[in-house]
Amino acid sequence: MNFLTDAIAWIFNPALHEGANSLTARIGEHLGYTFGAVLIGALVAIPLGILVGHTRRGAGIAVAFTGGLRALPSLGVLILIALSVGIGFQAPLATFVIMAIPPLLSGTYAGIHAVNPVTVDAARAMGMTPLQVIFQVEFPLALPLVMAGVRSAILQVVATATLAAYVSGGALGVYIFSALARRDYTQMLAASLIVIALAFALEGIFALLQRLARPHGTVALPVK
Amino acid sequence: MDWLAKNWELVISLSWVHIGLSILPVVVGLAVALPLGWVAFRYKRVGRFLVPASGLLYTIPSLPLFVALPVVLGTSILDPANLVVGLTIYAVALLVRQIVDALASVSQDVRQASVAMGYSSWQRFWRVDLPLASPVLLSGLRVVAVSTVSLVSIGSVIGVTSLGYLFLNGFKRGIPAEVFTGVVATVIIAFLFDGALVLIGRFAMPWKRKVTS
Repeated sequence: MNFLTDAIAWIFNPALHEGANSLTARIGEHLGYTFGAVLIGALVAIPLGILVGHTRRGAGIAVAFTGGLRALPSLGVLILIALSVGIGFQAPLATFVIMAIPPLLSGTYAGIHAVNPVTVDAARAMGMTPLQVIFQVEFPLALPLVMAGVRSAILQVVATATLAAYVSGGALGVYIFSALARRDYTQMLAASLIVIALAFALEGIFALLQRLARPHGTVALPVK
Repeated sequence: MDWLAKNWELVISLSWVHIGLSILPVVVGLAVALPLGWVAFRYKRVGRFLVPASGLLYTIPSLPLFVALPVVLGTSILDPANLVVGLTIYAVALLVRQIVDALASVSQDVRQASVAMGYSSWQRFWRVDLPLASPVLLSGLRVVAVSTVSLVSIGSVIGVTSLGYLFLNGFKRGIPAEVFTGVVATVIIAFLFDGALVLIGRFAMPWKRKVTS
């Protein structure tokens, strides 16, 4: 338990909270990667997921594609991109976008696909245009599963963002990698605890958002 | 391709190490998650706590987990056990919920028929519940296997050698071909694991031609 008290003392050391390398700046970078990558990923994956779910075409390709992306080792992809674009924030951001896409795509696709076809037919029969069907019927009903996708994408990126420091991309991994190099166990544990706490906090917030995303008068769809 | 031609022996030996490090967490994770999942399914009160708690374990980021585990386990930071235990935790985290879902997918009528035929709960689990739940269980196991294979490479950062060595070494020496080889080899191993599980499923569940997810 000595390590734990040392680690907590490390976190509350005032020197850590000053200057450009402060803990808050690192947390800011970490969150910047997380939200940045999920936002960019969402701009790509959500329209694609809507398209696949709405037309009910290309589902096989989408599933194989997301499965394939999931098998990619994040560290390898990060380093491969860093070797071509150089060190800094671009390579981590690009890697995290790639990591964020599979859960976003499968969440959106599954959400749209799970909408009762009778409801969609009813919307058409009422004279809704295809765009109205998508934005006023299918997407709102799919929102809980879309949010489940956003939640797991956030989780994926907040975890992987620790690796950004390996290619000089900043974020909270900086503390872990510098501690690994110096065998500084206190800092290693302290930094790990901060990342874990951050992941838990985001998970809690997005679990709540997912619950709020359910339209009034509908029952919760099973989340896979 | 030049790099691979000169170093294929290294790639093969690292691949075997990588496979070894990946199998253990999946097998141990299943062995641990099976009783936990059964308890969570059988006793709904326990399940209401156990399923979200195991899900929370999956929220812990991998590198921080591998780095923090030596403090909890009392192991050395370079011990491969940290990696294996960490990956086992993820496997358990994913599988407990999946096992509860899998057991819930078994038809209640079939279960009651087996009770009426005089099966004890032990017999019912092994002869009725588990075989009928295995398609759903298998789809969860495939996800676990693929994610384990890709996470093993993170271990190289804490000094546990695997195909991840090619990433770090390739970065230090600036050889993209080395990193690329590592990525491709990892993906191939992930697909081999996935394929092996599908094959095991076909063999073990001859009544189920297609594995539905």
